[in-house]
Amino acid sequence: MDTANLKQGIGEIFASPNSDEMRDFFRKKKKLIEDKRTTVKDAVQKYVHNGDYLAIGGFGGVRIPTALVHEVVRQKKKDLGFSGHVSTHDCQILSAGNCFNRCDAAYIVGLEARGLSKNARRVFESGNIKVTEWTNGALSWRFKAAAMGLPYLPSRVMLGTDTFKYSGAKEGLCPFTGQKLALLPALYPDVAFIHVHRADIYGNCQIEGILVADDDIAKASKRVIVTTEKIISNEEIRREPHKTVIPYWCVDAVIEIPYGSYPGNMPGEYYSDEEHLMEWLKTEKDPEAFKAFIDKNIYNTKSFYEYLELNGGMKKILKLKQIEHLF
Amino acid sequence: MELMISIAARSLEDGAVVVVGTGVPCAAAMLAQMTQSPNLTVLFEAGGIAPLLPAMPISVGDSRTTYKGLKATSMAEIMELCQAGIVDYCFLGGAQIDKYGNLNSTIIGDNHNKPKTRFPGSGGANDLASLCWKTLVVTPQNKQRFATKVDFITTPGYLEGGNSRTEAGLPKNTGPHRVITDIGVYGYHEYSKEMQLISLHPGKTIQDVKDNAEFEIIIPDNYEITKEPTSEELTALREKVDPSKVIIGRG
Repeated sequence: MDTANLKQGIGEIFASPNSDEMRDFFRKKKKLIEDKRTTVKDAVQKYVHNGDYLAIGGFGGVRIPTALVHEVVRQKKKDLGFSGHVSTHDCQILSAGNCFNRCDAAYIVGLEARGLSKNARRVFESGNIKVTEWTNGALSWRFKAAAMGLPYLPSRVMLGTDTFKYSGAKEGLCPFTGQKLALLPALYPDVAFIHVHRADIYGNCQIEGILVADDDIAKASKRVIVTTEKIISNEEIRREPHKTVIPYWCVDAVIEIPYGSYPGNMPGEYYSDEEHLMEWLKTEKDPEAFKAFIDKNIYNTKSFYEYLELNGGMKKILKLKQIEHLF
Repeated sequence: MELMISIAARSLEDGAVVVVGTGVPCAAAMLAQMTQSPNLTVLFEAGGIAPLLPAMPISVGDSRTTYKGLKATSMAEIMELCQAGIVDYCFLGGAQIDKYGNLNSTIIGDNHNKPKTRFPGSGGANDLASLCWKTLVVTPQNKQRFATKVDFITTPGYLEGGNSRTEAGLPKNTGPHRVITDIGVYGYHEYSKEMQLISLHPGKTIQDVKDNAEFEIIIPDNYEITKEPTSEELTALREKVDPSKVIIGRG
């Protein structure tokens, strides 16, 4: 095959894939085993800066760090870049706050079977957001490349499509077999938010159910803020080390937020609040009503628990627990 | 809708491995497991492997997708299984489709920076249709959806037909297999890779096929008439797969 005909995507690469830069960063990063507990407000103030590139763990409406995403909106963070790696309700919240100006898009503006977010579409159709196209697999592997300390990984996806054309990938030939491959640049986010089932005060985390890409996102990101359903003792972590998905050195901040994935699903704990998610989608159709809805639920609430209380509180959580356990 | 789900279910043979999305594809996989394919292995792109689905998931990552499953893993691992050649089928939902089976779920309009309409994008569709052996698509059929040229090739079919898919570097012997609509079931011509009719649903006509596609669909002489859903299929579908009529109620 002729290397002169190899194509490359025209999409912008928003974060440097240079693995030497990241080695230097991680060399200097403090690895002390210390108490990292803080508050949502302080963590977002300290670790999220305007212009940062943000990755959000979970799966859009499953195991999402809702409190942190709300706080980004509440603190009016601007010009963020973010990875739309099945970004459903999280994309909807960030769009409501007009918090970003660039996006690596694999899955955005939709809420899967529930429908499309009118407001997120408005934001992405405005012409004000730079979008580079990818696929779910490509973004997963970009995080994986970063987690491996590599500048790229080869893959066999996106070839021949407009998704490739508007991506930041390049075609390359395998030096061993001559096969044409899509080379995916490593993605090293500035900051990541991840919600987990259990963590100790040092940031060692356990996750139940699917990981999505969170093990790799944690290793790939310069700073990681973890919210957890529950803080457990270090002794408990050490009793079952095979359960540790994210080790302490990845993590900068730990905040205990029971029910913190609400209105998303938390595997084994509570199901998603479909009524409330439908209310989001419905209210977005009328910009005035939606503004009032966001004021009420985010800007005028001081914390995640005020928001949860507004939408049914513990009574709602108990119902969602029952749905999760198929009662 | 019941007919579409039943046909889709019949195309998943026992012992096969399939990655499905939510909605019709998931309903079809559940129905297949309850009828002819009890040993169908269902995967979800977010990381769920072989669940015994108790109810229809709303998200391809929600906890239903690992209920009594064999493994809960990462999205990368699911895509790696596909890339390694383990997965027989992927089953994708509705989108704009052209005669070579290329799919658009990204934008309507010709300006990527400022699209007329923004859709979610590839999600896992491009990965799955690039890597799984056979791609199945279920979609309602009309002129807007069956377009001569899709506004954006999100997900590869046979690209420009002939050998262009393999020449682009996509894995050999993969590609679109069936398109199931409310009018008929379609496959692809052996060499040109253009869409062709395999079977026409009862009560539908060749004129319906033509009137509801912007491009010309090959009509061979030996097309069949689709077999109606059996009472066994309908009972399983209405009572077990989708008792609250979330999918079958869509008409």
